[in-house]
Amino acid sequence: MIGKRIIPCLDVRNGRVVKGVNFDGIRDVADPVEMARFYNRAGADELVFYDITASAEGRGLFTDILRRTAREVFIPLTVGGGINTLDDFDRVLKCGADKVSVNSGAVNDPSLIERAAKKYGDQCVVLSMDVKRQNGGYRVFKNGNRVDAGLDALEWAKYGEDHGAGELVVNSIDTDGVRRGFDLEMLAEIEARVRIPVIASGGAGRKEDFLELFRAGVADAGLAASIFHFREVSIDSLKEYLQENGVNVRR
Amino acid sequence: MIAVIDYGCGNLFSLSSSLDHLGIASEIVRDPARLADADKLILPGVGAFGDAVDKLRRTGMFDVLLERAEAGVPILGICLGMQLLFEKSYEYGEHDGLGLIPGRVCPLADDIRPDLKIPHMGWNALRIRRDDPILADTADRASMYFVHSFYAKDCAPAVLADAEYDAAVPALVAQDNVYGAQFHPEKSGEAGLRLLSAFANL
Repeated sequence: MIGKRIIPCLDVRNGRVVKGVNFDGIRDVADPVEMARFYNRAGADELVFYDITASAEGRGLFTDILRRTAREVFIPLTVGGGINTLDDFDRVLKCGADKVSVNSGAVNDPSLIERAAKKYGDQCVVLSMDVKRQNGGYRVFKNGNRVDAGLDALEWAKYGEDHGAGELVVNSIDTDGVRRGFDLEMLAEIEARVRIPVIASGGAGRKEDFLELFRAGVADAGLAASIFHFREVSIDSLKEYLQENGVNVRR
Repeated sequence: MIAVIDYGCGNLFSLSSSLDHLGIASEIVRDPARLADADKLILPGVGAFGDAVDKLRRTGMFDVLLERAEAGVPILGICLGMQLLFEKSYEYGEHDGLGLIPGRVCPLADDIRPDLKIPHMGWNALRIRRDDPILADTADRASMYFVHSFYAKDCAPAVLADAEYDAAVPALVAQDNVYGAQFHPEKSGEAGLRLLSAFANL
């Protein structure tokens, strides 16, 4: 049977990995290619590279990092950040990305999901969404979580699935950076509405958080950044722990 | 030299990078006439079956592949490339494949529990059913990376390994010199690289 996936996420700016806490106070961590190598050896099931560069120069550095990583790390690579057009898909796919994650780009132009799925296949299109509780519901936010996108999260997830997204990344703004566990309640609502794989993001602080996530049966994969980057939890020890507790993971 | 067939279906970057990494000489080939120079062929592919068959025909690869298979050249189809080796697919209509391996390609969703995710995406363990030189360095239960929504059926004699997903999903198939991997060896870490290396050494 398919294993639960552990996915480290590398936010890259100007050629370096950074990790924001609640999207503020960004700290420099390390060289992305070096980190990708390290995570691959430690048993990461996939890697996500997030381009948080604004400048053209930074974008060039990013694709160079991607290309160098894809030449020596042979596990699935997902790329996100600044994906607004099919040309953006093209640019990162040519540099070795296997999947492309769209977020604000799809909110601003929902047809992007279907056009990309038709051109590159469903397996290539990941719909990433930043979700926040509001007035008893779940809303989608965009542009670094500052702007309410005017979408209901559950409807948006379903829309993504119906229009060719092969996978969902669901990031909880409420739990992101707080490190008290994934947003199980919200994830359960999303999980109940779609059949495509769901990747949970936001809130991992301890090994136990991943066990709770998988025991709750609300996600196929857990994504995290800082707990891995700062070596608080190693991927191999996390997988050992999950396996000892009855979760099927690749070892 | 291994020819990686480029017929406009999918991203060949990872595949050719993985062969480079292993020190295996390969070339991305667009001209069907060039396939005659290769001692092995890899048929990759992502996307829809019907579209891929059209492209194989339009590029002239279809007939050359059949001719090379007949000549005994080892061929490895990967993912959609594996599905193309079969006789028929029922992905959005009904399409004829290369017919190099008996069997047909059907929606996985029809045959598995409704609570299981489609696509079958992620790492799953191989259960080896039949020994073959391509599995020389592959352990039973080795995990490989899968991503697909259709799967091969009625091909039991060809199955070298399958993966459990409520159905026994044919993962690695072979008939004589023609091989197919439903998973992506070029994305399956060390285990995948060992399989590619074994194919190169056939």
